[in-house]
Amino acid sequence: MTTPNLTETAMQRDRAVTIYEKSKEGRRAAHLPAAGVPEPPLDELIPWNLLRDDSPRLPEIAEPEIVRHYNRLSRRNFDLDTGFYPLGSCTMKHNPRLNERVAALSGHARLHPAQEPRRAQGALELMWLLQESLAEICGLPHVSLQPSAGSHGELAGLLLTRAFHADRGETRPKVLTPDTAHGTNPASVTMAGYEVVKVATDEDGGVEMDDLRDKVSDEVACLMLTNPNTLGLFDENIAEIASVIHEVGGTLYYDGANLNAIMGHSRPGDMGFDIVHVNLHKSFSQPHGGGGPGAGPIVVSDRIEPFLPRPQVVRREGTNGSRQPFFDLDIDRPKSIGRLRGFQGNFGVFVRSYAYILSLGADGLAEASETAVLNANYLKARLAEGRAGEHLPVAFDRHAMHEFVLSGAPMKKKLGVKTLDLAKRLLDFGFHPPTVYFPLLVDEALMIEPTETETKESLDGFAQAIEEILAEAEGDPDIAREAPYTTPVRRLDEVAATRRPRIRQPLG
Amino acid sequence: MAEASYPEDLVYHPEHDWARIEGDTATLGITWYAQDALGEVVFFEPPETGSETAKDQAYAEVESVKAVSDVIAPLSGEVVEVNGTLTDNPEKINADPYGEGWLVKIRLSDPSERDSLLDAAAYQGQLD
Amino acid sequence: MLDAIGVGSTAELFDQIPADLRLGRALDLPDGMTEAEVFERLAALAERNVHADREITFLGAGMYDHYVPAIVDAITQRSEFLTPYTPYQPEISQGGLQVMFEFQTAMSELTGLPVSNAGLYEGPSSVASAAYLAMAATGRKRFVVSRGLHPHSRETLATYSEGYGSTVAEVGLDGGVTDAAALALAADGETAAVFLQNPNFLGAVEDIEALGAAATEHGALVIVAVDPMTLGVLKPPGDSGADVAVGEGQPLGNRLDFGGPSYGFFCATPDHIRRMPGRIAGETTDADGRRGFVLALQTREQHIRREKATHNICTAQALNALAGMVHLAWLGREGFRELGELLVRRTAYARDRLAAVDGVELLHDAPVAREFAVTLDAPVAEVLDQAAERGIAAGYPLAREYPEYENGLLVAITERRSKEDIDLLAETLEAAVRLLATGDRRQVPA
Repeated sequence: MTTPNLTETAMQRDRAVTIYEKSKEGRRAAHLPAAGVPEPPLDELIPWNLLRDDSPRLPEIAEPEIVRHYNRLSRRNFDLDTGFYPLGSCTMKHNPRLNERVAALSGHARLHPAQEPRRAQGALELMWLLQESLAEICGLPHVSLQPSAGSHGELAGLLLTRAFHADRGETRPKVLTPDTAHGTNPASVTMAGYEVVKVATDEDGGVEMDDLRDKVSDEVACLMLTNPNTLGLFDENIAEIASVIHEVGGTLYYDGANLNAIMGHSRPGDMGFDIVHVNLHKSFSQPHGGGGPGAGPIVVSDRIEPFLPRPQVVRREGTNGSRQPFFDLDIDRPKSIGRLRGFQGNFGVFVRSYAYILSLGADGLAEASETAVLNANYLKARLAEGRAGEHLPVAFDRHAMHEFVLSGAPMKKKLGVKTLDLAKRLLDFGFHPPTVYFPLLVDEALMIEPTETETKESLDGFAQAIEEILAEAEGDPDIAREAPYTTPVRRLDEVAATRRPRIRQPLG
Repeated sequence: MAEASYPEDLVYHPEHDWARIEGDTATLGITWYAQDALGEVVFFEPPETGSETAKDQAYAEVESVKAVSDVIAPLSGEVVEVNGTLTDNPEKINADPYGEGWLVKIRLSDPSERDSLLDAAAYQGQLD
Repeated sequence: MLDAIGVGSTAELFDQIPADLRLGRALDLPDGMTEAEVFERLAALAERNVHADREITFLGAGMYDHYVPAIVDAITQRSEFLTPYTPYQPEISQGGLQVMFEFQTAMSELTGLPVSNAGLYEGPSSVASAAYLAMAATGRKRFVVSRGLHPHSRETLATYSEGYGSTVAEVGLDGGVTDAAALALAADGETAAVFLQNPNFLGAVEDIEALGAAATEHGALVIVAVDPMTLGVLKPPGDSGADVAVGEGQPLGNRLDFGGPSYGFFCATPDHIRRMPGRIAGETTDADGRRGFVLALQTREQHIRREKATHNICTAQALNALAGMVHLAWLGREGFRELGELLVRRTAYARDRLAAVDGVELLHDAPVAREFAVTLDAPVAEVLDQAAERGIAAGYPLAREYPEYENGLLVAITERRSKEDIDLLAETLEAAVRLLATGDRRQVPA
């Protein structure tokens, strides 16, 4: 008789099996309609040498098994509807289910993107209304909803900058980004054909003004910033920064990842930014989906407007005596940078975000930001106490906005436990860890953004878990170093995965 | 390699690279400190033979799972040989950074550059 | 909470914002509405859209009205797939990572190219992403594109080229397919890649292998945009000499949604693995030897490689790729092939039926798979209006993007367009063309 393995959880015992391994020849789920038309052999319709020889080796599996397979897989995921994600820079706020309900309405979900504008007025008006809302929130008048994510918006913003300068007969090779910038910023800079120049951060966590002045010149096309920055701190020099970059004729770009701190309280347009991207999957509640979809609309000033992508959603006055405004896709934009993708953008995301904006309204959006900032500072204060205060000091000792950064360097030095180990042990406590090892400026960084939809109890629970893990580490650092223990799989060999990549199932 | 080690017969660059000089050629690699900081190496792509290295400039990259590091040339010269075995076995850089984990061999273009490099003791001294 | 922080009010926490940058007023937006009110408002907007359940649609041009089974929604609406973040903590993301692995396997199998990522935004921008890879792979900055490539893809590539510093040369069509002689002349030693689409925008099936030779001869990459629904019957791009295959994934598992969100797929030959954009899930084992999955080859990506990353993408379209995978599993090996065969046969029938209509001619007679182009002896816009009055979206007008086909119309077929629907389309076009050709603006009788 074998002794049962009592140290494994049920989910750990349930080994990963792919859907291909569950296939049995001849099984299928789909029944397709009868052709109802003549059925000649395919090679009478298409030359045989352009046809596939054999059917692709897709799974052969019945519907109940498909459902079981993906349901079981889903349980191997942690998710926001289940627990807390204090991920700095990600704004993991609650995703209202109302948004799913309205997105599924046939009028939205079943509308073909090439439908004539006359027969898609509901969709075009929704897009226009969303544009107006984002313009008001950001403090700039013109919007394109086309970009599909923040990075896409960044690329758009840089291409707009390029077009703006080209229109003036200027060629500028460089773009400035702070050393605390999110990785997408420099990556976008290269894709847009510019050279990245890094600007230093000062001891208060803001842009180092002397370094900025040193590096600014008529070779600089743009400065990309986020404010509050990735340290969660509002750069009070922003007006001066704007003036420094504008004086040399550059544009000022706002990465909207941190917009959740300031909605209804301050606006990037008022700070002097020319181009803003908004992450609808951050501040505007679009669910993350395990890695998308999102959307990255851009909001721009008058001088950038002529270059906006095409088509642009516009509102025209009624024609033929009609008093109803007409919403249209304007392609007559001679200075436009052109298209960044097919059709109009991630419309389903627009529906959800618009529903969110309607739900919260002016008062609700301002309150959301206020509560986000309150929650972050409360959690920061809790983590300044006890063992967290000792081993995980805050990187910059001032009030944060919606997120804050701790350093795990003392914990590493004194307890021999790294930020990575703390993160893995948090998994056993039922929390998603904070963002780790970013920004690069802070050693063993932990970036924490609770968002406004966490209760005080939730925040206290997280602080309590950190305290327990540190107490545990004081006694035996190996516990954290070998964590997690209770997740569906334990720590994974990422070295092997990258040295000898296995990125598809061998099919027999 | 588990224990820190800095062979006496090598010269060192402050950016954590070593050189073994033999006449007018030198073998180059990264130090124990560098491979330890990087973690387990997953990828190294050598430069082409015939290409040039310039002292203090990067001539290649070493990758771990979560980081990419420039490899700095301690000396200038022409690449005459590369360690092709590292493509399939990059872990040699961790296991034997001064032996089987060597990266390239160059023909020196300016042997006097060695004078500005550090000996083992000096390199270790500046590690803290 | 305020006590713990050591402030008297939350307002103090906003003191770090200089006074002259404080908005100082409410946002000029309506106040928040109740859930019921929001629902009604969104429903009212939805009502004003003529969607695919209110008319018979033959609109295609990259997105198609396929039947997506109910299990797709049931699975993608699960909290555990809908709400998690990107799987940076793999131990608690095995569901999502395994889905990516299964998806990568499926797309590799469909395209015949062994390396696949877990998806990009959508079709046309994936073409531009393939161009970025081609530049990195060849060190060259010139692209040659077929006019058969989707206009949105060509436009997107032109936009991105301003940033890449690359040039784009276009090769025309002949008899509905890429002009092979012109392509051979256009491709040269400066060309990074040649871009083809199969089936092309006019629905024609292209001989990728023959055309691709012009690229390969000069060391340029062959990049093909493909329609996933045709990959059960058409020769996979990987078997036809393609280096990279990309495409619009919407037909698999995703809603029309007025154009998005959907997903793009991106597959390549093994030598390009380190240049691949986007997320890639890789198989490995855990500390106890259990099989598991992680994000592999992350050093390609922006969060590590930053300005030298293979791409700037961060958030992609993971949930939409899951939907695609579930749909593929539901169709299964034989169902997917059968669907492809069904599309080809119904399209052939539709094309014959329309060609027989007075005033309708085929734009080309190259073989087609699921979409075809005709030209009408009457103004297309007005024919479309007449058809719309009868509850039919007759197709996509070609003139704006292909001015050489002034009265061209692109007609798309899916398994939801029955023989009866097709017959109705033919009758409707016949009546509309007859009416409009005579200059008679009376309504087509219903």
